[in-house]
Order: sequence, then structure tokens, then C-alpha cells
Amino acid sequence: MLTTFRDLFRYNIEFRIGIVLVAIVTVFAGLSWFSPYPPEMIYVVVPDQPPSAEYWFGTNSRGQDLFWNLTFAFRNTLGFGLLVALLSRIISITVGMTAGYLGGWTDRALMFVNDIFVALPIFPILILFYFVLRNDLDMVTLAIIMACLGWPFDARLIRSVALGLRHREFTRQAIFAGMNPARIMFQEHLPFVMPIVFSTAMANMIWSIGFEVTLGVLGFTNLNIPTIGTTLYWANNHSALVVGTWWWIIIPVVLIVIAFLGLFLLAVSMNEHIDPRSRLRRMGTGV
Amino acid sequence: MRGYFLFAAKRFLQLAVVVFAGTSAAFLVAHFSPISPVETIIGRVSGQSSFSPTAVESLRATLTELFGYDQPLWQQYLNFWGRFIQGDLGPSLIAFPTPAMELVMRALPWTVGLLTVAIVISWILGNLLGGLAGYFQDNRILKSIGVVAIGIQPIPYYIIAFLLVILFGYVWPVMPISGGFAMSVRPAWSVDFVLSVLWHSLLPAFSLVVAGIGTWFFGMRALVSNIVTEDYVTYADLAGVDRRTVVGGYVMRNALVPQLTALAMALGGIFSGTIITEQVFNYPGLGSLLIRAVNGGDSGLVLAVSCVAVIAVASAIFIIDLLHPLLDPRVRVG
Amino acid sequence: MSDPILTVEGLKAYYRVGQFGKNLDIRAVDDVTMQIERGEIYGIAGESSSGKTSLIKVLAAAIRPPLQVIDGSVRYDFGGRIIDPTKASKAELAEIRWKHLSYIMQGSMSVLNPVRRIEQTFRDFAQRPLGLSGAAFRARVEEHLDHLKLPTSVLRSYPHELSGGMRQRVTIGLATVCRPEFMIADEPTTALDVVVQKEVLSLLRTVQQEMGASIIFVTHDMSVHANMTDRIGIVYAGRLVEEGPTRTLFTQPKHPYTAHLVASLPMIGDTRPRPALEGRPPSLADPPKGCRFHPRCPMATEICSREVPPLESVGDRHRSACWHADEVRPLVEPAFDKAAGGVRA
Repeated sequence: MLTTFRDLFRYNIEFRIGIVLVAIVTVFAGLSWFSPYPPEMIYVVVPDQPPSAEYWFGTNSRGQDLFWNLTFAFRNTLGFGLLVALLSRIISITVGMTAGYLGGWTDRALMFVNDIFVALPIFPILILFYFVLRNDLDMVTLAIIMACLGWPFDARLIRSVALGLRHREFTRQAIFAGMNPARIMFQEHLPFVMPIVFSTAMANMIWSIGFEVTLGVLGFTNLNIPTIGTTLYWANNHSALVVGTWWWIIIPVVLIVIAFLGLFLLAVSMNEHIDPRSRLRRMGTGV
Repeated sequence: MRGYFLFAAKRFLQLAVVVFAGTSAAFLVAHFSPISPVETIIGRVSGQSSFSPTAVESLRATLTELFGYDQPLWQQYLNFWGRFIQGDLGPSLIAFPTPAMELVMRALPWTVGLLTVAIVISWILGNLLGGLAGYFQDNRILKSIGVVAIGIQPIPYYIIAFLLVILFGYVWPVMPISGGFAMSVRPAWSVDFVLSVLWHSLLPAFSLVVAGIGTWFFGMRALVSNIVTEDYVTYADLAGVDRRTVVGGYVMRNALVPQLTALAMALGGIFSGTIITEQVFNYPGLGSLLIRAVNGGDSGLVLAVSCVAVIAVASAIFIIDLLHPLLDPRVRVG
Repeated sequence: MSDPILTVEGLKAYYRVGQFGKNLDIRAVDDVTMQIERGEIYGIAGESSSGKTSLIKVLAAAIRPPLQVIDGSVRYDFGGRIIDPTKASKAELAEIRWKHLSYIMQGSMSVLNPVRRIEQTFRDFAQRPLGLSGAAFRARVEEHLDHLKLPTSVLRSYPHELSGGMRQRVTIGLATVCRPEFMIADEPTTALDVVVQKEVLSLLRTVQQEMGASIIFVTHDMSVHANMTDRIGIVYAGRLVEEGPTRTLFTQPKHPYTAHLVASLPMIGDTRPRPALEGRPPSLADPPKGCRFHPRCPMATEICSREVPPLESVGDRHRSACWHADEVRPLVEPAFDKAAGGVRA
């Protein structure tokens, strides 16, 4: 796994750009621990100041220093994406590997459930949850709900890999050696599934953060927690573009696009690494 | 033919289960809403004029009976299904007493129309460009399209829509950025109206196409670059089969099969994207209605929109699944 | 015997792979010279990754990067129409493909487009070279299939609806419907079971004899060579190491590698242990100096590791590239007559 990352970093330009972009937003989010202001305080600085040497990203109409406020927003948003990715990985690995390894009826039943989840329009359901929970819908609750909805695509991918592993020689040997299925799955097969788990985790983060931003923009989350979504909500609420406080919208948008682009490039380059055929083509023609 | 019916029956069962599970979940979630529609109506009515406490009490009793909240949960659930099958989900709150279903049915054609146009365009265009980019890997133009697509792909729906509004609403105001048709035309089957609808749908549809096209482009490019190494493509090349036939009938044609499955799987997500797009463009579809319902605390309407959305998306997936065997002869057997 | 349909001279084709800044030449075809006569079946034998597939890729004008022709020439003579597939334009190649030169590919399972009916595939492949349209084309195809004793109902089928053997027979039908003068058959029977294999081979043989076509027949299976071919060229590590009439090669091999290949054939009633060849075929990226077989050769002497042996005549139409060709003896009793009766029982 580590050598995979090293190879990717050395030879794949997309992967390198992706790492750099993700590192930028991660470091930015990390700065929140050094913030001079607590995130929920408003009117701590002069409102509506354009970006300057004192306020790097300007200040917003609620009297917050946008730079420090955004560091919290990114910490929350990225943390949220990571949590969803982590939780949904647990579900998708379990479902995908069980279905792929056991096959038969288990496989058919799990994939039936899987297809039902795929067919559900997620957004109305999320809105319904907001409708019921209102301000109790904090980041962790939302992350758990999203994780329960966001596993089926990846479970299917993992299943297809596991399906291929089942017929490999070493699996048969492990069975003859008397290893139990759970150990075969998690000791022998998991390493083969890992690359696809990583690449889908990136895609999953884009997906969940996208929803968080969308919900936030509409005002359908707890608006007191600074996230990218709620930042944009408040900016809209104060008609930032009409009033002329453009930095309040442009800067978070640019930053979130950087984050998305970084995650997307990581997912794409890892995908390419997983599929040896496209790698061979790269070797052949990419002289 | 028998195989096809079996296949269709299986898919239909799946459709039924999805609809049942989705609507039941929506019912349950809505049921536990802390906002009581009865109190909301009372609050709204009594806010406008003064009522005697007894009048409020009798109104409360009437409304509770109307919504059926005096019955146990399972009874309400059964009632819900009984009424749902007849297409009746009670009155809406935001436009009381217009039935919630009527509002939904009024909004549905707008969303279906917008989505169909946007999906068809982005799917065809994305697959075509992606397929060509996968086949002609050294073509400069197609390569640069790929780079642009990588840049656009991760931008969320909301931001694309928002950028278009800024661009065409403020910077260069030539396109309508709000509503489904111009205020000056009357909704009727006239040329003016249809043109106005098309004109107004242009930006929302465009933002959906821009947001969706990348998925198809990358999917198709990856598929095609694998398919060109398949034996049947090599063999056709060796036989001197016409280039266009090879690209169209061998490479693209075989890649379309998984791309159709992918379309079915992506519909739910695309629908979610429409909600936000409609909101940004103030488009009179299901998405805008849903958001109005949430803001107005109208649980009946939220439930109605959610149920119809589940049915609409599941049915669309069902239809696409039925097309699958026509595209892939191998599915027909079983 | 001086009317060759194919003449190959000094052909060199390498895979030029540039990866991570390093350039690597894989010498898949290295200095091959040979001629193929009209109406003969010429076998090419060798282990996997000996370069035989690359050789026929060049002959079939299927050269794609990273494979490149470095030197030498290939010359087809289709009834006075001379063409070099390594130099011809795409349009010129398109004109000879399938009409004069057709191909039967390895892996019958995957060579037919899974989403097209067989009839459509026939149209794609043969309509243009035959120059027939609509009903006339269909009649011609049906007549041809009839002739091959294939049911015309296969035309309406999809590939997945046919058995492996049927699919390979359809492929042979597809490759012969335009009555080409030259066919390249690359491991056409490798994936088939023995009974089907025999039927497919006899079908190919029948069609070939009727049309008087030449075939390059590639397989690693020496028993198939014994049954099918008129002459054999043995390829080792990108080079032609011996070439001669099939019978001669089996009875009097003049290269130690050939002797081993022949000896590896199982024969009925023969229970003696077979002399196994030590080691592995060399890397084509960095082949041994001198004779490429010398590290594995039991007869190797000092000269073998120093100088490349030339491919020289050692008998009637028989050439060998070995410094010790005179000393090579068959490793087992010459058993070709038994072999011809069916080496593979």
C-alpha cells in the first residue's frame, strides 16, 4: 500500500497535484486551532472590510474575520466528510466483501437491498430528516445519516473485486488450511480491496461534502456551526453579492473547489492505478 | 421472449419494494416531526383575527380529525396507504386548503421536463466526447476537453448554477434567471408560452448539463480505452473494417451497456442536484416546492413531494432497466 | 518452387518502451528471413513469448506502438500485386485486408463482437471486399457456410449463443468467405477441447486445399504442427533458428532446440522419461550474446557464446542456425510416421 502511494506520487502528475491541493485545505483547516476568535462569536471585528493585510480574507457582515472563520468552516466540513467516508467504508466493505465472498443467496439478498438504496433519491430524504430534527441535526448526526445512505455504490465495486478474489488459488489454499471465512476476508482479501476502498473514499467525501454544502446553503442545517455550507448561507442571507462583499462568496467557493479538485484527482489517479490495463496503455503511449 | 418477461418481472418487483420502502420511511420520518400541522394552522388562522378559546378548541378538534392524528400509528399508516393509492395526501399548509398532491402534480411536469432534457443532452454529449477521447487518445482537442472536464467535474451543482446566475443575471443580463416562463405570457398551449418556457429552461438545463457531463465523459473515456484492447476490436481492425463502424458499432456500442446501467444508478443523485438548481433559478418544479414546504413547516407537502420523488426516480430507473436487454443481447437469456 | 507469396528479409521489429525516463528495446523479432510458397501451410513454432506473435503482427500489418519495425522488408505478391505491409499506406492496406489477406485469431471466445449478430459481423468484415450488397451478399455467405457444413441459422445468432467450437468455425467461415490467398492463423485451436480441435483443424485444412491458399499457422503445440503443416519454422528468442519440411524437422532436426521440442511430444506406448530442457527462455530486452540458445544448450561450446550462428542450408529446403548442426541427433527415435497417424491420440 505504501509503495503504491510512493509510486503514484513519483510518476503520476494528477496524484501529485491532488496531494498538494488536499494538503493546502488540510493545513488551512488545521489553522483553526490557532484562531484568536471562537467561531460562534459575531461582531468581534469591523464588518464588511475587504481583504487587506490585517484581514487576509476580509471580514463579513456579521463582524467575523473571514480567514479564521473559514478555518473553522473547513475543519468542520472536512471532518464531516472524513467521518462519513469512514462510517460508510465500514458498511460498504462489510457488505461488499460478504456478498462477494459468500455469493449465492447472501449475495443476491445483499445486492437487492443495495439496489434499493441506489434507487432512493437521497436529497428529499435528508431534507425530511432536517424537517424532523431541526437544530438537533448536528454534524455527527448528519454524518451518520449520510453514511447509511452513501455506501451502496462502493459496496458494489468492492463486491466485484471480492468476487474475483474468491476464485484465486490462495483463497482455495486458505480454505483448505481451515481458515474461517471472516479471517480469509479480512486478512487475505482486504489488502486487495484497499486501493479501491481508498479511491471510493475520496469520491465519497466529494459526495457527502457536496450534500453538506447544498443543505447548508439552503439553511437546512444547524446554522450556528460554521461550515462551508452555512458560510455561503449567511453570505446569501446578507445578499453579499448585491451589497458588494464579494469576498464572502468568492473565497469560500474557490477554497471548496480546490478541496473538491484535490479529492477528485486523488480518486481518478488511484482508479487508474487500480486498473492495470489503463496503466499499460500509459506506459505504451506515454513516452 | 420469456426470458425478457422474467427479467422485467424481477425488475418490477424491485420497483415495488423501492416504492414501498421509500414511502414508508418518508411516512415514519414525517410522523415524528415535532411540528404539528394542526398547531401551525391554528397559529396562522388565529394570528389573523381574534378567536374565542372555544372556537380554537373546536377548530383543533376538527383539524385533528381531518389529519387523523387521533388514531394509533398503525391505523394512520394504513390510512396513509389507503389515501396514497387514491392520490390524496391531505391538504397542504402553505396553500391551505389546496390538496398537497395537487401542488405536487402541478410542479412535477416542470421537473420531469427539465431533467429529461438535461439528462439526455449531458448523457449523449458526455458519452460521445468521452468515447472519442478514449479512442483518439492523442487528439489535442479531446485532450483539452478532458482537462477542462476535470476542472469542472468536482464543482457542486449549487456553485455552477450560482455562477451562471451571476454571469447572466448581473454581469451580462441577457438570459432570464428566474421562473419557469415570462410573467407577460399566459400559461396555455400557445407558441409564445412554449417559447418562453424553453427560453427560461435554458440556463437551469445548462447548469445541470455542465454539472453532469463530466461523469459521463470520464466513465466513457475509461471504458473505451479498455474496450479498444478487446480482441473483437483488434480483429475488426485487422479485417480492415471501416473505421466508423469500428468506433460506432464495436467500441462505443459495447461501452454504452455499462453506461446505461450507470445512468440508472445516477438518477437519484441527479434528482438531488435538480432541487438546488431549481431553488437557485426559482424554477417552479418539485425542488422549489420541497424547499417552500420545509420553510413553511408543511409536513404533509414534504411527505407528498418525497413520496412522489421516490416513485418518479424509481420508475425512471425501471424504464432504463427495461431498455438494458435491448442494448445488451446477453442479458436476454436470464 | 520459386513463386513465393510472401518474402521476408532481415526483418527486425522491436518494442520500444519508454517508461519513467528509461528507454528499453525488446527485440521481439530479430533478423528473420523466410519465404512462403503459394498453397503451402507454414507452421511457426516456439515457446510463449518467443516473439512468434510479434512476428505475425508485423506480417498482418497490425503494428501498433510500442511495436516498431526497425529494419528489413516484408513483401506480399498477390497475383502480381506487390505490397509491403510495413510501408504501405492505410488505404492500400485496407484494400488487401480480408480480400487477399485474412486472419484467424487466438481466443475464439472474444473475437466476435458480443452485441452484434453473426450476420452483421459478416457484413462488417466481408461486404466491402466482396463488393456485393443485400440479398446477393447474404446468398454468398449462406452458400459459403453451407459449404463449410455450418447451419445458416448461426447468422441470426449472437456470439454468446454459440458453443466455443461453433464460434471458432464461424471465425474460419468469416476468414475464408472472401477466398483470400493468404491466411494467418494464430493459435486457432488452443482454447478448444481435443475433439473439437480436430474438427476445426480438418475444416481449415479442407478450405485451404480447395482455395489453394497459403496459411501461416502459429501454435506452440508440436502435435498440431505434425498434423497440419507442410513446413515449419522454429522461433527462439526472436530469431528463426531452424526451418524445413515438417517431416524432416521431426525426423532429422538440425538444431538442438528443435530436437527438444520434438522430443517433448508424448507418444503412445512410449514410457521413457523425456529429457527436459533446463532454464527459461531469455529476456528479449537483454538477450544472451552469440547463439541465444547457448545458455540452455547441452551442446554449447565456446563459439556459441561469442558469435551468432547464421541460418544456413543443411539439406533440401532445410536451414538451421547452429554451429554444431551436423552433430545434432534426434533425442528420441524418429517416430514421425506414428505421429502423422495422430500424435495426439
